[in-house]
Amino acid sequence: MINLTINGEPHELDVDPTTPLLWVIREQAGLNGTKFGCGIAQCGACTVHLNGSPIRSCRTPVQAVAGKEITTIEGVGSIDGELHPVQQAWIDEQVPQCGYCQSGQVMSAVALLAKNPSPSDRDIDLAMSGNVCRCGTYPRIRRGIKKAAIAMNGVADSGEKING
Amino acid sequence: MGKWSRRAFISAGVLAGGVVVFGVAIRPGNRADKVAGLIAGEDDTVFNVWVKIAPDNRITAIVPHAEMGQGVHTTLAMMLADEMDADWDLVDFMEAPAHKEYANYALAKGYAVGDVDFPSWLIDTVDGFFLTATKAMNLQITGGSTSVPTTGQAGMRVAGAATKAVLLQAAADSWKVPLTELSAQKSMIVHSGSSKSATYAELAGAAAELSQPVKPVLKTPDQYTIMGTDVQRFDVPPKVDGSARFGIDAVLPGMKYATVKASPVFGNAVKSFDESSIQDMPGVRKVVNLGDAVAVVADGYWQAKKALDQLAIEFERNGNETVEQSDIFNQFAADMDRAVSDGEEITDFEKGDAGAAMSSADSVVEAEYRVPYLSHAPMEPMNCTAWLHDDVCELWTGTQNPLGFAAEVASALDMDTANVQLHNEYLGGGFGRRAFPDYTIQAARIAAEVPYPVKLIWSREEDMRHDHYRQASISRFKAALDSSGKPIAWINQYVEKYDPAEAPHIPYGIDNQFIHYAESKTHVPWGFWRSVDHSLHAFFTESFIDEVAIQAGDDPYKYRRNLLEQAPRFRDVLDLAAEKSDWGAPLPENWGRGIAIHRSFGTIVAQVVEVEIVDGTVFPRRAICAVDAGFAMHPDGMKAQMESGIIYGLTAALFSDISIRHGAVAQSNFHDYQMLRMNQSPEIETYIINSGEKVGGAGEPGTPAIAPALVNAIFNATGKRIRELPVRLHDLTNEDLKSKDVA
Repeated sequence: MINLTINGEPHELDVDPTTPLLWVIREQAGLNGTKFGCGIAQCGACTVHLNGSPIRSCRTPVQAVAGKEITTIEGVGSIDGELHPVQQAWIDEQVPQCGYCQSGQVMSAVALLAKNPSPSDRDIDLAMSGNVCRCGTYPRIRRGIKKAAIAMNGVADSGEKING
Repeated sequence: MGKWSRRAFISAGVLAGGVVVFGVAIRPGNRADKVAGLIAGEDDTVFNVWVKIAPDNRITAIVPHAEMGQGVHTTLAMMLADEMDADWDLVDFMEAPAHKEYANYALAKGYAVGDVDFPSWLIDTVDGFFLTATKAMNLQITGGSTSVPTTGQAGMRVAGAATKAVLLQAAADSWKVPLTELSAQKSMIVHSGSSKSATYAELAGAAAELSQPVKPVLKTPDQYTIMGTDVQRFDVPPKVDGSARFGIDAVLPGMKYATVKASPVFGNAVKSFDESSIQDMPGVRKVVNLGDAVAVVADGYWQAKKALDQLAIEFERNGNETVEQSDIFNQFAADMDRAVSDGEEITDFEKGDAGAAMSSADSVVEAEYRVPYLSHAPMEPMNCTAWLHDDVCELWTGTQNPLGFAAEVASALDMDTANVQLHNEYLGGGFGRRAFPDYTIQAARIAAEVPYPVKLIWSREEDMRHDHYRQASISRFKAALDSSGKPIAWINQYVEKYDPAEAPHIPYGIDNQFIHYAESKTHVPWGFWRSVDHSLHAFFTESFIDEVAIQAGDDPYKYRRNLLEQAPRFRDVLDLAAEKSDWGAPLPENWGRGIAIHRSFGTIVAQVVEVEIVDGTVFPRRAICAVDAGFAMHPDGMKAQMESGIIYGLTAALFSDISIRHGAVAQSNFHDYQMLRMNQSPEIETYIINSGEKVGGAGEPGTPAIAPALVNAIFNATGKRIRELPVRLHDLTNEDLKSKDVA
């Protein structure tokens, strides 16, 4: 049995301990917002937070996160259902197209802003280049992050140009 | 507008709960467009669009296209709602997948009206819808950038206008006032001469009694209130909180998971495998031989994958095991040579006498270009959940062609098509890939072997190695210039023609042209890839015209412009892109600027790319896009599609090649089929021209011109002309970067 917490809910799981966390989240916990893209940690569609930091769940054996706190896209907003400022910015900027990568994009962006409230373009490049979007929503993701940063801080990084 | 007569036949009725449904059958009449001939005969019903009006005055537009991020559900609902003068805040949509030979109305009701019982008087309309939709939608898959120009213009708008017409008539009858004193606004009918008004819902019951044919008048652009605005897309909110349901998210009681491995060399049969080697592995339920592939069914995907990875499968050999990528290009070149030497050129386009003009030329420019095979690589790997129960095959997947898929599955299982029920979910990327039903057929065949639902998920490796690929090709050019540098002849030969036919054509005023091709079949499966043949021919033609301009000693923008005197619409688009890019303004060291223009799917796009070369790596820094699609129904959606097309095209141009090694695809995942990422993504500016010309598409036209604009910019920065994609294959580190005095 492996115990872990997903979005604040404790789970006791009877699974092969080498199973990637991604499949445990989707098939055992029944949370389908986290996506399978490549299986080799190259695309970021499976990004979740482990104790607040972004990880690629497709290459993380579930045993490695036993006893830890996992947050998925379903748990990133507030408990009363209010969207995270990143999610709201994603709506404001109409970021998603097909939308399949966007759970991972949002998770990476939320983690970035938690650590760095006013990311520069370079910071955004570094934090977001692990997440592939085939629909090419990168310019809107960049705008969305800057918009969310403003919403969260009330200020923009004055040293950087807002794209657009 | 109004070039062809529109007759819309409405049938309608009141359902349980007071919901009123209007089924609007639209006749194409005298459509000049060749599409009419492709889809249906002169008097055939082409579209039947459903409009639902609920007692709370909410309107539901039922949209016959798949959502893959292009915003089609929203845009088509806008087109209907605007013609209907609906209150946009009260408009919803639902997707109406079609089903071939859908004579079984009991199944249809599930799509059209949910759980509501279907009234008998609607059966004819339902049958009519699906029977005629068979013709229409077998061709009218979501693809080819057709949704807005075809379904929207000829379907949704007419349906909206026709429904409004019967609502107005119902009010006129009820209030005994002339129609001319009534107006429709925000889902209300208002009488100007009195204070009388009524909601659509209040009138819908009476309107449903009026089933006479109507001839709706469509709005002119100055009357649009919803079309041309940036309403928020319906599909965005569920895509930011993880609640959007894609094919891969289907969950059914007792469902098991499968994954599959097909012969690496396309189409080879399974020779042998040792089932006993994996049958005791945890969770493994069943091993299924699919003929050219083996599937493992297990309690979870990971268990299925681990078992399949461990299973040694031997495949038959079909002789293609020795084919290498270089053999394919050699074959192309030989077949092109042979076509010319044997006089077997297949003419694509001919004008004047290019051969004669060539011999009188002052100078001649020649070049040869190559492009590789490409994979679609949508973010969501191919998957389908299938469940055979009670003589029905139910499928949950994302498809650009629900009708075709259902028919293919029925054929594979030897079932009646009426018993195949396909639930189309959001597509995690399509780009043409999800028009091919291979994964759906596999899922159904696996499900036929087991008593429970099965979710088949391909690994990324399977997805990349068993795609339907954009063709590799070679294109050769020869241009004759007169003493002033003006081109007087254009000869182009290429290999492997698919679709659309006009993809290699050029907009330039060159008097003598001969465009021809050779056929050269390979064993690599072909598929529609975003913009199809335009994706290669824009690279070929717009690279070559750039070379010609430079050979003529002219500026690439001005040279093109001079050749577009007879094509003012192209010239306007080109001018706008050049102007917005500050064409000619100096750039920093190691930067370059390139331009290209191309028309596809009725839409003209010109793009300017600025690149910076940093230690041999190309960084596209800025892309300026000018687009004329006639009218942008949803300008922000049009911009999003241009951004998407640009990044899809840049990815392919910079990085992508699928190459054949020992008969199989050499690449397998995103480590060796690289993607453009945030750090190399340019800023993109899109400028829209609403010329009022015939409405064109948006999903594909952003892609073709970006590859030539990119290589033209690299030439501008480095002096190195890239004639073979992808750019990644070329060493740009050792080039003597030319000085930046180039205009």
